[in-house]
Amino acid sequence: MSTRTLISPATLARPRGRAIYWTVFAAVVVLFALAFLFPVYWMVTGAMKSPDEVARTPPTLVPHDWHLGGYTDAWDLMQLPQHLGNTLVQAAGAWAFQLVFCTAAAYALSRLRPAFGKVILGGILATLMVPAQAMVVPKYLTVADLPLIHTSLLNDPLGIWLPAVANAFNLYLLKRFFDQLPREVMEAAEIDGAGRLRTLWSVVLPMSRPVLGVVSIFALVAVWQDFLWPLMVFSDTDKQPISVTLVQLSQNIQLTVLIAAMVIASIPMVALFLVFQRHIIAGISAGSTKG
Amino acid sequence: MTKTAERRPIADAAVHPVPAPPPAGGRRRRRLLDQACAYAFLLGGLVCFALFSWYPAIRAVVIAFQKYTPGSKPQWVGTANFTRVLHDPEFGAAWRNTLTFTLLALLVGFAVPFLLALVLNELRHAKAFFRVVVYLPVMIPPVVSALLWKWFYDPGAGLANETLRFLHLPTSNWSNGTDTALISLVIVATWANMGGTVLIYLAALQSIPGELYEAAELDGANLLQRVRHVTVPQTRFVILMLMLLQIIATMQVFTEPFVITGGGPESATVTVLYLIYKYAFLYNDFGGACALSVMLLVLLGAFSALYLRLTRTEGDTA
Repeated sequence: MSTRTLISPATLARPRGRAIYWTVFAAVVVLFALAFLFPVYWMVTGAMKSPDEVARTPPTLVPHDWHLGGYTDAWDLMQLPQHLGNTLVQAAGAWAFQLVFCTAAAYALSRLRPAFGKVILGGILATLMVPAQAMVVPKYLTVADLPLIHTSLLNDPLGIWLPAVANAFNLYLLKRFFDQLPREVMEAAEIDGAGRLRTLWSVVLPMSRPVLGVVSIFALVAVWQDFLWPLMVFSDTDKQPISVTLVQLSQNIQLTVLIAAMVIASIPMVALFLVFQRHIIAGISAGSTKG
Repeated sequence: MTKTAERRPIADAAVHPVPAPPPAGGRRRRRLLDQACAYAFLLGGLVCFALFSWYPAIRAVVIAFQKYTPGSKPQWVGTANFTRVLHDPEFGAAWRNTLTFTLLALLVGFAVPFLLALVLNELRHAKAFFRVVVYLPVMIPPVVSALLWKWFYDPGAGLANETLRFLHLPTSNWSNGTDTALISLVIVATWANMGGTVLIYLAALQSIPGELYEAAELDGANLLQRVRHVTVPQTRFVILMLMLLQIIATMQVFTEPFVITGGGPESATVTVLYLIYKYAFLYNDFGGACALSVMLLVLLGAFSALYLRLTRTEGDTA
């Protein structure tokens, strides 16, 4: 842990160095609290102020009297259970579809030597060059009228789930991981008479827990945070996820209620992060140094 | 590298069965079964990629040259969509805003995280606290961040102006002023996304060998010189990577202008993606939307290709 950085430990040990260190440390703590924690505090407590108090100048740092009404109103008026449920269904489905189809495809490309496997992999990797958001309009037209079968996936969770599978980054991550698994284990399984599916299920997947975790988090966060795509797919207000609902109702709803709804919408992902922060942060850091 | 080289003969034999000695009927059947099995595993993923990545990409180019409204037969119109879009008064504004946004986001969203990472790397206490707190805004849904800052920017009881008043500084119009709207959005985007950048920088800084700093110090390099001659060259690759990633990401900005300013005031925050959205869903002009998409795709595709090329070379040497 005591690796040498920009400033040498010797400089820090001197009284002057120590004084500067603690000053900078305190300054950074205050800065971080103000920049990153305070807005969150302001949001959580803002929802507990009365509608008069939240519009008052100068604003109050601590609510005069605490109302939970903002939260209960948001829950009922904005039909949050329904929209949170929609988001949950969309995210869980996208996660499951990605896990099943991307894992199967990555396993095939990595281990089963399909004809034209390299061409297919090349085609998949090429999509990494196509910026996702810039593609939404032609993608929307495809989802609105699927070729050959001419059905529309608009207002259908499948309109979120199926396009989510076409995630070259996650698929490549899985393939790279499968490539690195020792061949001997898989050969041993084959000699023992395990079929392809059995090898994948009982040998490859248990060894792939770390990468499956990373892919799962990426998949869940991506759908939960997305706005533009669900805005296009769900015109039916009853089926919209929470992100779209918040924006569409933000004009006509009381500020405290809106803020409360914003807090509620943030809780699932923030909670997920706080629980898995070690893994998430390690994943981000590792991704960069491996290159 | 070694792994693919090792596997190539087998893979080639599977693709070109001709040069192999004529296989017995049983072996050929076995091989066919293997292929069928491999494709069964591939099928789901392949269909999704074909439908939602490959086909739309080709279709964007086709529709860009068509008059297209859902429900009616598309008509070929040549480059009419491009000329129409180019003559839209908002076209220039959208590209100017997008490029300015990207440039400002690079300046602000680059210098600030690098400095923060540099300082955080020197601190020896509460490391976990800093990492969690800096990443917290990234986990707040972008729509919530945008609405939160819209409230802060409110000219009446907004926190932004209240803070300025408290410090006895002149107040600003923030997202409501034509000249301040764009930078206000950059602040939101930086606040919301900085966490990831800081963490990646931090990882890069930690991989710098300490001996380099020691040697530089023995040679009499002061703090700034050490940053300039050791830290920056050692993290140059990561800096370049993140810069490309950020260009690709910020040029597709949509949520902040859509939620906070609605493209206003006076198209001061209309971005290219916002204009694409308007063409498709306000004007019902999918030809124009696709013409714009193709322009954005070509420009960003070049950056993506550069990014992938650089990361791949780095991966091979590692």
